[in-house]
Amino acid sequence: MTIQNNSTDDSEYSEYEPTIGLEVHCELKTATKLWCGCKNSFGEQPNTLICPVCLGLPGSLPVLNKKAVEYAIRIGLALNCTVQPSIFHRKNYFYPDMPKDFQISQYDIPINTDGYVLLTDGSKVGIVRAHIEEDTGKSTHFSSSGRIHESTATLIDYNRAGIPLVEIVSAPDITSSEMAKSYVNELRNIIVATGATDGKMEEGSLRVDANVSVKKKDQIELGTRCEIKNLNSLRSLGKAIDYEIDRQIQLLNSQKKVIQQTRHFNEDLNQTVTLRTKEEAEDYRYFPEPDLVSLNPTGEWINEIKLNMPKLLIDRRQSVIELIKDSKEMSQLIGTVNTLVDQQLDTLFIETVGFGSDPTLTLKRLTNEAANSIDAAKKLNSKELAYLINLETSGKVSSTQSKAILSNLLENTSETVDSIISRLNIQSFGDKEIEQLLDNLILEKQDEFKRFVDGDDKVIQFFIGQVMKLTKGQANGKSVTQILLKKRNG
Amino acid sequence: MSEFLYNAVDIIENIKNQKVTSKQIVSKYFDNIENKNKELNSFIALNKDLALSKANEIDERIQKGKPVGKLAGLPIGIKDNICTEDFETTCGSKILKNWHPPYNATVIKRLTNEDAIIVGKTNLDEFAMGSSTEHSAFGPTKNPLDLTKVPGGSSGGSACAVKADLVPIALGSDTGGSIRQPASFCGIVGMKPTYGLVSRFGLIAFASSLDQIGPFANTVKDCATILDVIAGYDPADSTSLDIKRDNFSDFLDRDLKGMKIGLIKEFNEYLDPEVSQNLNLAADLFANNGAAVSEISLPHIKYSLSTYYLIAPAEASSNLARFDGVRYGLRVAGKNVDEMMINTRTQGFGPEVKRRIMLGTYALSSGYYDAYYGTSQKLRTALISDFKKAYENVDVIITPTTPTGAFKFGAKLEDPLQMYLSDIFTIPSNLAGHPAISIPFGKDDENMPLGIQILSNALDDSKVIQVASILEKLRDENVT
Amino acid sequence: MSQKNNLISKEQVLHVAKLAKLSLSDTEVELFSEQLSHILGYANELRDLDLSNYPPTSHPIELENIFREDVVIESISNKKVIDNAPQSSNGQFLVPPILND
Repeated sequence: MTIQNNSTDDSEYSEYEPTIGLEVHCELKTATKLWCGCKNSFGEQPNTLICPVCLGLPGSLPVLNKKAVEYAIRIGLALNCTVQPSIFHRKNYFYPDMPKDFQISQYDIPINTDGYVLLTDGSKVGIVRAHIEEDTGKSTHFSSSGRIHESTATLIDYNRAGIPLVEIVSAPDITSSEMAKSYVNELRNIIVATGATDGKMEEGSLRVDANVSVKKKDQIELGTRCEIKNLNSLRSLGKAIDYEIDRQIQLLNSQKKVIQQTRHFNEDLNQTVTLRTKEEAEDYRYFPEPDLVSLNPTGEWINEIKLNMPKLLIDRRQSVIELIKDSKEMSQLIGTVNTLVDQQLDTLFIETVGFGSDPTLTLKRLTNEAANSIDAAKKLNSKELAYLINLETSGKVSSTQSKAILSNLLENTSETVDSIISRLNIQSFGDKEIEQLLDNLILEKQDEFKRFVDGDDKVIQFFIGQVMKLTKGQANGKSVTQILLKKRNG
Repeated sequence: MSEFLYNAVDIIENIKNQKVTSKQIVSKYFDNIENKNKELNSFIALNKDLALSKANEIDERIQKGKPVGKLAGLPIGIKDNICTEDFETTCGSKILKNWHPPYNATVIKRLTNEDAIIVGKTNLDEFAMGSSTEHSAFGPTKNPLDLTKVPGGSSGGSACAVKADLVPIALGSDTGGSIRQPASFCGIVGMKPTYGLVSRFGLIAFASSLDQIGPFANTVKDCATILDVIAGYDPADSTSLDIKRDNFSDFLDRDLKGMKIGLIKEFNEYLDPEVSQNLNLAADLFANNGAAVSEISLPHIKYSLSTYYLIAPAEASSNLARFDGVRYGLRVAGKNVDEMMINTRTQGFGPEVKRRIMLGTYALSSGYYDAYYGTSQKLRTALISDFKKAYENVDVIITPTTPTGAFKFGAKLEDPLQMYLSDIFTIPSNLAGHPAISIPFGKDDENMPLGIQILSNALDDSKVIQVASILEKLRDENVT
Repeated sequence: MSQKNNLISKEQVLHVAKLAKLSLSDTEVELFSEQLSHILGYANELRDLDLSNYPPTSHPIELENIFREDVVIESISNKKVIDNAPQSSNGQFLVPPILND
């Protein structure tokens, strides 16, 4: 679990338990920035998406982007939050990438409060708040060594300054790096499904800060926490948390104190390092932003947003699960359901099953065979797909044949199943045809048949192989098995 | 006054009727500027060539019978905390010296859309923090009526410019009295409109919840004419009021029939005998001409100054954080960015600005917020509620604009609190967001002008103008 | 100028100066300690009032739900942005290194 060699043995470890809370910042996919009409866009030439407002020029004033509020409300609703009247505050601190040297954020009265996220294993992580704030500009540090501490100058690009963010603050309900990763993954899936954000960690449109503390299991109050800033992949998140838990346990085990501080995860060293110690200078002097008025979304507006929201991930999964809940394989299929929904194939699935296809088999074909060419799969005609699955279920085509037809269908989604069958000269080997073939084979291979009759089931594979050889793989293996068993028992 | 110099409405009329050209008007005012500005230090940025070329262009349009704006050819001075693309905008501070805004404030657009001509930028207390225009990095402005005395502040440059006939109209900004107090000290009209009536977009913020732009003029009529142009909804300012408003010029030359006028009981203890006498004279004139004058009580008004000196510096400390040497303005080198910011701010800001940043930072800092900032916001609510009750019984309230006439340079520099006290009568309107005007009325014992302030309820700017216009007329008829 | 009577100590003045990114001379520290104490002492009259019935006011004229539509407006040119910069490099603002002490 840990990256560092250490002498801590497992028994000492097990005395401690970590408490983790995450702050996830996600950029909203609005056309423009939060307070001005500059384009919200990634990867443009530095300082070209700038106006007096987002550069914080003297005399400029912010005006709230309505779409950003709508997106924030979508996120709040998706996270089961209460959407409430809110106001904006100024968070005052000096930093060169912040044009006004204060950040406009929401403080004690955020737009969304008190929600939760259900993880795939059924555990629940509380959401304390999900509030609106503005992003900062981007600094690039110049140095020969590449380290911030040794840089000789800093360049600042304010294109990102003023891009709308929603900061989602979890309750300290997370107890391991695995759970943290699972939470972020699930959270990302949910908020991306709302259409409010694209959740791309690699482009920085989703960033995570982790608050980590450890305490002895029998201790009630939480330990001193450290905040690890700006984790930009699930991998880093997991490694940083593991390292931090280990570091804190080692400190406590050697009778040292954990100092409350902000830390940075160094990807190269795979460890967290001190960024700044929480000291008296960190006094943000929050006060209500006098240049903005209060935000009080009407019930009518919230309902309208609810109605126009893309169907939420959880609801979509539930719709799929409804259709397969009677399957014997249900418990193994849950992961497959998530894949299906993540790949946006759930609508196709539901339509196909609507045409009478077997849900379990449809799910398997869509997540195994179709998954290799998702773009084509999204174009599949549900009626044709249902027809194919039904041919397979009724034994009119074998699973091998079915897969071959599907792969042809994916190459050209406008072709029909029937036309593929005739084009590939696929013959339907019904039970009668197979029984005839088997009767001939049994005469030829009497020794093998005798072993089978004596109870050696492995020989079934031998006969399937022989039938496949004769039918060029077009027979249904299951039918072969059933007919053989019938012969032995009958 | 020279043959060419009229009130603004007359100038506009005469230019439109081709009795005079805009070029002649602009040149004449520039003659005055060239004669007097060196001594008065009213303007800190000027562009004669630009003004004349705009005047020429307007004259040509008039001669060709093409349409022109409501203020065609009228020269105007602008307080140097309002952003202008054609002039550097400094706020009277070293930290913004040579800063060229890449945009115009909304009021500038509104004025130039009506073909007014911006002649230059007027001096002010640094970042509008002061009551004497002594706190400017570009030196003090003088009172044109007595060069040993201050013109008031912070819009001292604008008040001086209008009084000294350097321009017929100037814009100022008023956070705690910064238009009305210098208007009173210089003997002209100055008005702070209802908060949100005039867009703040492009006004470099001192205290965002108190700041309002307003006009300086020689007459109430001129003041109403300018307010009619600069007032109006601006989608770029979230606090701008999207309302159907009166045409202010329609409220001139009315009478006092049915008008109820209040005098604030709680202010009595702050009135010097001569100021008190002056106020009573105004009240008598109103009473004798059809108004009902009565005393009203605003129990929380005496706490206005304390409240103001917590709210305004707190907001200012945050508004002025952006002056850090990174993006524009002064930069003083440092070995790292933190040191650079500290050096820039330490050398860039003057002592009064530093004092207020310190005061505001303290009032907002952890552990003191509730006691200071939080309390002052509640007091603000209490004051607004007092006013609301009062306006159930009266239409307008009259007070002296200032406790004294203009004082001598240096008289209050050593004691900030004494300086702050000169805004004691003007501050309540800013806290409540209400309109207020100062019109010249009476003199102090050193023959310097005094002013009467007329206050009214939010959005009753037209009532303020109506009563001010009547008082102006009664004064001219009755007071020597 | 007795330090003891001041509501705001020199240490507090220095702390506030640090928050405000100002460096003060010894004379200024002394002066501000005295002046700020004087001004805040005056403001202490507010602390004795019972204002519990009054909610805080941040805006003199209460408004709510003021929005702009999510429509792109052309940005200003990089040249105009950079023209006022004390120091720049290739269209970016250049500042001394950011050090974490």
